[in-house]
Amino acid sequence: MNQTTHINQAVFAVRKRTNAIGLFLSMVAMTLGMLFLLWILSILFIKGFSAINWAIFTASTPAPGSEGGGLANAIVGSIMLIGCCTLISTPIGVLAGLYLAEYGDRSKVAGVTRFVTDIMLSAPSIVIGLFVYALVVAQVRHFSGWAGTLALALIAIPVVVRTTENMLHLVPGSLREAAYALGTPKWKVAFWITLRAAKSGVITGILLALARISGETAPLLFTALNNQFFSTNMNAPMANLPVVIFQFAMSPYDNWVSLAWGGSLLITLAVLGLNILARVVFREKVQG
Amino acid sequence: MRTVFNPNQNQAAQVLTETLMDNLTEANTPLLPNALEIKNLNFFYGSYQGLKNINLNIQEQKVTAFIGPSGCGKSTLLRSINRMYDLYPGQRAEGEILFYGENILAPKQDLNLLRSRIGMVFQKPTPFPMSIYENIAFGVRLYEKLSKAAMDERVEWALKKAALWGEAKDKLKQSGLSLSGGQQQRLCIARGVAVKPAVLLLDEPTSALDPISTGKIEELINELKNEYTIAIVTHNMQQAARVSDFTAYMYLGELVEFGKTDEIFIKPKRKETEDYITGRFG
Repeated sequence: MNQTTHINQAVFAVRKRTNAIGLFLSMVAMTLGMLFLLWILSILFIKGFSAINWAIFTASTPAPGSEGGGLANAIVGSIMLIGCCTLISTPIGVLAGLYLAEYGDRSKVAGVTRFVTDIMLSAPSIVIGLFVYALVVAQVRHFSGWAGTLALALIAIPVVVRTTENMLHLVPGSLREAAYALGTPKWKVAFWITLRAAKSGVITGILLALARISGETAPLLFTALNNQFFSTNMNAPMANLPVVIFQFAMSPYDNWVSLAWGGSLLITLAVLGLNILARVVFREKVQG
Repeated sequence: MRTVFNPNQNQAAQVLTETLMDNLTEANTPLLPNALEIKNLNFFYGSYQGLKNINLNIQEQKVTAFIGPSGCGKSTLLRSINRMYDLYPGQRAEGEILFYGENILAPKQDLNLLRSRIGMVFQKPTPFPMSIYENIAFGVRLYEKLSKAAMDERVEWALKKAALWGEAKDKLKQSGLSLSGGQQQRLCIARGVAVKPAVLLLDEPTSALDPISTGKIEELINELKNEYTIAIVTHNMQQAARVSDFTAYMYLGELVEFGKTDEIFIKPKRKETEDYITGRFG
């Protein structure tokens, strides 16, 4: 290092000091974030695991004052709500994303759709809950699983639309050209070539949308509400984990509070599982 | 400053001349009808003119090569012939391209039908995200209804045409993406051949490939010209000399010289062509 005569030592020292300060500040920020996250998770795991037993999957939510009980009705309700929501939001979201990416490059309709989708993405979920309440629940005069599904679908659709569009934009134009060069009509190029090439990205988007809605409470509060009994009737109020957690966590009964912890852990694990699944699916695409 | 004698260059030149002599004997055959007649073709990217008044005939069952420096309009010309440019707003062609007498630039031309008659293979291999078998069957199914047995036969026929059958016959169900680059490109050629088009457009089909794969594809072109009319864009001068019957030299959107490949390479009429071919320019 004999040739560094042109380097001003003072400038170099300042730069090194700035680097050290910047590094320190970012480490502090990261530690703070991680600290709270680990805190939440550790309490959740400790209290949640002690609440989980066989009965939680077999027994329904207990009546006020009674002993024991489980979350079977809420688990089944949540699965049904999310399952129906997936069946509704996947085709709509994927088709809308396909339209935006393949057909609506410059059209006004597409621009408006994109804008509205972006607003919907950041709309508070309670607003969507109130909207479905006014639209469905207030009209038919009772809470129902369908209303809950609708509210969840309204949250999931924009997520699916945007990820689908983004994933389709990643498909190289040369692949589309190659398909057109065979004389393939446009809709077949979109469905059989582009969408297929973006398949794993689109599936990842759907899984992330599911992860997003599986913890939503506010929109279900006004729509599916809750049901103390085991029910698979989508036309009736339906038990679901988030609302059960919301009600039980604030209750005076120890077994209810304990079930709320168990339910919270189940949702967290389910979301974790969905995220891991999404990563695995996406990695397959990169490798294949 | 070309004072240093380069033995390799001399050898290459000799090989080139030998190839051309072979072609000379072939060129005495009577003229075949024109598959494509390009008349006063002008091409615009927005306000920029990419092609200037191109006039050129492409003969049936011959290989016509397009050479010239990057950006000279070779690919643009190729993309006009199957109207690939139509996918992009702002690009337009003026003039006439007659495909067996029919003007394919006419607005009423059905593009899908046209592209099924005039196939194209691109610079980079573009296998579809499906099995090798499906890659080939996809295009065939668009315009033909074949039984399972007939489709199997067609897939085998196309893969054999593209000299890929031996390597691919045991893995037809595997993804087209699992093949190597050279194999993928031959798969794309097989896909193009399978729909039995009249014309095949090859846009630098070997520029992303190693010499062995390139050799296989050149053999293939020689093989295919017995049944198809082929137009090929290439940056490789030797390749143009090896595979083509006619060569067009283009520069800055204009057709500088067009003629039989041996004439272009041995005694070009224009000095610009000679400069480009001999490497003094380009």
